[in-house]
Amino acid sequence: MFSPEIEKKIDATIAKYPHKRSALLPLIHIAQNEQGQVTEDAISYIAERLDLTPVEVYEVVTFYSMYFLEPIGKYNLQVCRTISCMLCGAYDILEHLRNKLGIKNGEVTKDGRFRLTEVECLGSCSTAPAMQVNFDYHENLTPEKVDQILSKLP
Amino acid sequence: MAELKVLTARFNTPNSTDIDTYLKDGGYQAIAKALKMTQDDIINEVKKSALRGRGGAGFSAGMKWSFVPRQLNKPKYLVCNADESEPGTCKDRPLMELDPHQLIEGMTIASYALGANLSFIYIRGEYWYLVAILEKAIQQARDRGYLGKNILGSGFDHDIIVHPGAGAYICGEETALLNSLEGKRGHPRIKPPFPAVVGLYGCPTVVNNVETLAAVPHIINKGADWYRSLGTEKSGGSKMFSLSGHVNRPGNYEVRMGYPLMDLINVEGGGMRGGKKLKAVIVGGSSVPIINAEDSAKCNLDYESCQSVGTMLGSGGVIVMDETVDIFETTFNLIRFYNHESCGWCTPCREGTDWLMKIFKKIKAGMGEESDLDLILKLCFNIEGRSHCPLGEAAVWPITSAIKKFPEDFKKHLRKSLPVLSMANA
Repeated sequence: MFSPEIEKKIDATIAKYPHKRSALLPLIHIAQNEQGQVTEDAISYIAERLDLTPVEVYEVVTFYSMYFLEPIGKYNLQVCRTISCMLCGAYDILEHLRNKLGIKNGEVTKDGRFRLTEVECLGSCSTAPAMQVNFDYHENLTPEKVDQILSKLP
Repeated sequence: MAELKVLTARFNTPNSTDIDTYLKDGGYQAIAKALKMTQDDIINEVKKSALRGRGGAGFSAGMKWSFVPRQLNKPKYLVCNADESEPGTCKDRPLMELDPHQLIEGMTIASYALGANLSFIYIRGEYWYLVAILEKAIQQARDRGYLGKNILGSGFDHDIIVHPGAGAYICGEETALLNSLEGKRGHPRIKPPFPAVVGLYGCPTVVNNVETLAAVPHIINKGADWYRSLGTEKSGGSKMFSLSGHVNRPGNYEVRMGYPLMDLINVEGGGMRGGKKLKAVIVGGSSVPIINAEDSAKCNLDYESCQSVGTMLGSGGVIVMDETVDIFETTFNLIRFYNHESCGWCTPCREGTDWLMKIFKKIKAGMGEESDLDLILKLCFNIEGRSHCPLGEAAVWPITSAIKKFPEDFKKHLRKSLPVLSMANA
């Protein structure tokens, strides 16, 4: 179901581990990074590759906050809301983004470009407030800096 | 400046992640030395150094290693806990980003001492960019014979797999981490048996924090006595502290164990932002009890001193709050965190954090009554000590300590008296 290049990556990931079920989390990451969400097809495919039932994959997908069963848009804006970021203005950043994009936590803009996701501590406490755009860290945020970051995204 | 440079010594070195730079700086000499020592000698040296677990629990690292039944005919595993997700803590990130070989060397020495031929770095999924940095360094180490088969001709084999998590605070708890690494939900396991005996894939496993393992090459190179002498008698060595919140210079600072908390805030941190007054500090990451300014002045950064003022050193995430902060709001922020991150395995924690959220929301909406504070404390009492992993305690200590130390911040949100409902106005 994936390109030969991705299939190769999946094979190599499974081969790394002494027990193949350990490859489950990395494989879900690979599938989501390819498809922009965790699809039912991907769940079935991964289950088959690891000799699991689809529900064993599904229960893992729903446990972890970085996996999404629905489309996450082109850019998932994951804004840290936990204490150190809160003390340094995270709530203002969130309000700014809600107003700017017209969406609430967990929603995607109509054009599918942005998803706003409130997340817990990103490990950027000394460079707060922080957000991740997909996997990229942006730190010491101000509303103006957020505007600049969004306007520079391709 | 009382800043020490042991773990952080190479942070400003250009190309610090490259193996050639590491070798030039004396890297991988500790592994050569360790491979000539016996396994017991290494474990005893680490015990003697008073190195304690830097992830938060503060358990003696050497002691933990000594629990592994090495004679058992099963594979042994070392797992580096890089799931850094305790709010206020961001010290493991630069340790991996700026000096990955220090960690690889520490892991290799630990694995040799434990008889482990395969180890894992379980890294939180959000630190995705670090996976590439670590994997590149691991490949370099393989190419130079510091990882792989027959390391430095010793007959010892060792390799490292970098394993990304996927967003779950609970996976920082060692048994939940092991389940996650086995491709399952991150639910904690019931202890005993402890991972040292029954861990990953049912085999003896040691789980150590990044910072703990990064300290190991220095202990082997310069000796346990030297390392211990950097800190206090019971808390050996140096420690990294992530300073965040209302200070002028937030950042990661390495200081000796026993360094005064107020010096960290005023010297390294450049004092309070905007010249405001200090109100409260959370010393060891969000799970430890909050302390007020008065206790902060008496607190040194070691396990014993923190305990003496009613808190814990934890992971070293120092969160500083000035006089403008409403402790009800910060506590609300934290209970939302623990409610979100409770894995749902144990009823007291799952249901308890849910109920706590409901009551905090009620108070926030201006509908709280005096009796709600009692109810919060009762709920906390029924969570503490009644869940399988420490997330239960972690969720309630910030609350009970906040209500005790800053009652006014809670009382001011309560409504004065019950509104009188009148049919005439209805």
